[in-house]
Amino acid sequence: MTRFVLGRIGFYTLIAVLLAFFTIPLLWLAAAPFTSDPTYEVRVPDFTLDNFTAILEHPYALPSLLNSLVLAVGTALLVVLFAALAAYALSRVRLPGRDALLYALLLLSSIITGTAAMVPLFQLAVELNLIDSQLGLILILSGGLLPAAIFMLKDFMDSTPKSYEESARVFGASPLQIVRHVVVPLVRPGLATIAVWAVANVWGNFLMPYLLLSDVEKQPAAVIMYTLYTEGGQANLTLLSTFGLLYSVPVVLMYLFVSKKYGFRFHGGIKR
Amino acid sequence: MAAIELRGLTKVYPGGVKALDSLDLAIPDGEFFALLGPSGCGKTTLLRTIAGLETATGGAVVIGDRDVTGVQPGARDIAMVFQDYALFPHMDVTDNIAYPLRIKKVGKADRQRKALEVGTRLGLDQLMDRRPGQLSGGQQQRVALARVMATQAKAFLFDEPLSNLDARLRLEARTFLKKLQRELGVTTVFVTHDQAEALAMADRMAVMEAGHIRQIGTPAEVFQRPANTFVAAFIGSTPMNLLDGTVRGDTLEVAGCKVPVPVSAEGLLVDGERIVYGVRPEYNTYSAEPAEGSLGGKVAIVENLGASHLVTLEVGDVLVQAVVPEGDEPELGVDGFATPRRDRALVYRDGELVSA
Ligand SMILES: Nc1ncnc2c1ncn2[C@@H]1O[C@H](COP(=O)(O)OP(=O)(O)OP(=O)(O)O)[C@@H](O)[C@H]1O
Ligand SMILES: [Mg+2]
Repeated sequence: MTRFVLGRIGFYTLIAVLLAFFTIPLLWLAAAPFTSDPTYEVRVPDFTLDNFTAILEHPYALPSLLNSLVLAVGTALLVVLFAALAAYALSRVRLPGRDALLYALLLLSSIITGTAAMVPLFQLAVELNLIDSQLGLILILSGGLLPAAIFMLKDFMDSTPKSYEESARVFGASPLQIVRHVVVPLVRPGLATIAVWAVANVWGNFLMPYLLLSDVEKQPAAVIMYTLYTEGGQANLTLLSTFGLLYSVPVVLMYLFVSKKYGFRFHGGIKR
Repeated sequence: MAAIELRGLTKVYPGGVKALDSLDLAIPDGEFFALLGPSGCGKTTLLRTIAGLETATGGAVVIGDRDVTGVQPGARDIAMVFQDYALFPHMDVTDNIAYPLRIKKVGKADRQRKALEVGTRLGLDQLMDRRPGQLSGGQQQRVALARVMATQAKAFLFDEPLSNLDARLRLEARTFLKKLQRELGVTTVFVTHDQAEALAMADRMAVMEAGHIRQIGTPAEVFQRPANTFVAAFIGSTPMNLLDGTVRGDTLEVAGCKVPVPVSAEGLLVDGERIVYGVRPEYNTYSAEPAEGSLGGKVAIVENLGASHLVTLEVGDVLVQAVVPEGDEPELGVDGFATPRRDRALVYRDGELVSA
């Protein structure tokens, strides 16, 4: 009996420590922006808005959030469009070695945006005049996300019955009409998942924009965040905490909005 | 409206399954044609090949005067109802019915009016704003019918459209569908594995087995004179008695009894040859006393069919069934006699019907 009680106490202590480990940074993120002269400790805020004034005065902070938005939305649109078409084709056309192709793509994708390909990617971008261009970055990010997106969407499309499409086909619908009228509405939750996933991915991506965008005015928030230092080379906690909050709010809002609209869950599989 | 003609149609699936084997079939304009056969005999394949959803491996599909073998499904002027109806779950009833018109670029107002018109005709006018998920099976079936009616196609193809309905509703839908087809006069090919459905609805029917057509005819012909023992065993709510026998002069020796040669086989049999004698339970007259040309044995089973009973006699070591009117059913274990109607009994030689 004592052993059981002790075990329980130990268990809950462990849980509490773990919880604190993850909660304290979040608490800090919520409190520090509203505190004058924030430090690394979590304090009860004095609800000043001075930090926000400071960040508004920073020349690149707000524009960088807009840059992040452009990159994220642009990439998400490209990924959803191409992944939907490719996944549909792969799901419906019988090709020898189709599954092998998919797995190979999936493997390769982790290389494309991974560290290993950085130098060649950089050179490629220089050659194509896509260095310092948001379009170039969007293309490269899309390329990196597409294989996994195709893989996930194909799974989704495989699970929708073919007879809907066949029925539309007999009525004379063209392949593109079938995709627009029938397939897309049926897999809309899947498309939403992919879009959210792509946005979140781009939003948090530091390496690629850091590498390919040297113009400060084009850099996204993830990169600008890295430049928020005081003259003394110390992390500027006033700006960092405030900017961090502004940086995380859009993503949280997007999750809430999409999950309310489509009611799908992010944990586990993507199937309905 | 158009006739449908199949010439030497063959379909081999990747992997080598020969689902249709050089099939010939002509369905005249306006006919209600049923395709009947056991599971896996190729009915769906045949229908899908006519629709163009499967490409024929060999042979030709002709609709009207046009060879459509290589033509896309959408350009064949046909409409199809799938077994699961394939109503688009994200569209309401109006949009579902109007979908074929949307493809034909009919304006929104026009197609909604047309959808309501067709829907009203099928009693769907109160349901036009619902999604398929909010409809019962019978209502979904009517929406699927309304959708094909809206196409103005030259031929309708139905793949077991009634099999998702419960038994009661199926009877209603059967009558409804038949009446509707009469009124529209559109050539209709109807797939079913329910022989009663085929007999009840079709103008003509084909019985299929393993990619071949075993018999084509009107329901009456197929029921009364099955062309071979496969069809004989497949058609009828109570299967036909098929008994091995031998020709002995002008009588047949069947299960140790002597029965007269049926009218249909008169003068066509050779003394001493082995045949199969076929008679439907409905065409057997049951009696408690022996009669001329009767098959006698012990009553082994009595099954209630409602207004009649199905009596199974043990004649020697074979079973013979007869349908007995209500009230006349015998006790189990007593002696009973079944006398086949001479004008309805049939003789099969090597599995094929012997007839002039
Ligand atoms: N896509 C396919 N690939 C390979 N073989 C197939 C395919 N579709 C059907 N077959 C085979 O072709 C044969 C005919 O199938 P079909 O679906 O036409 O039968 P059916 O008469 O409609 O049967 P049921 O009454 O069960 O629907 C079967 O042996 C089946 O296994
Ligand atoms: Mg079938």
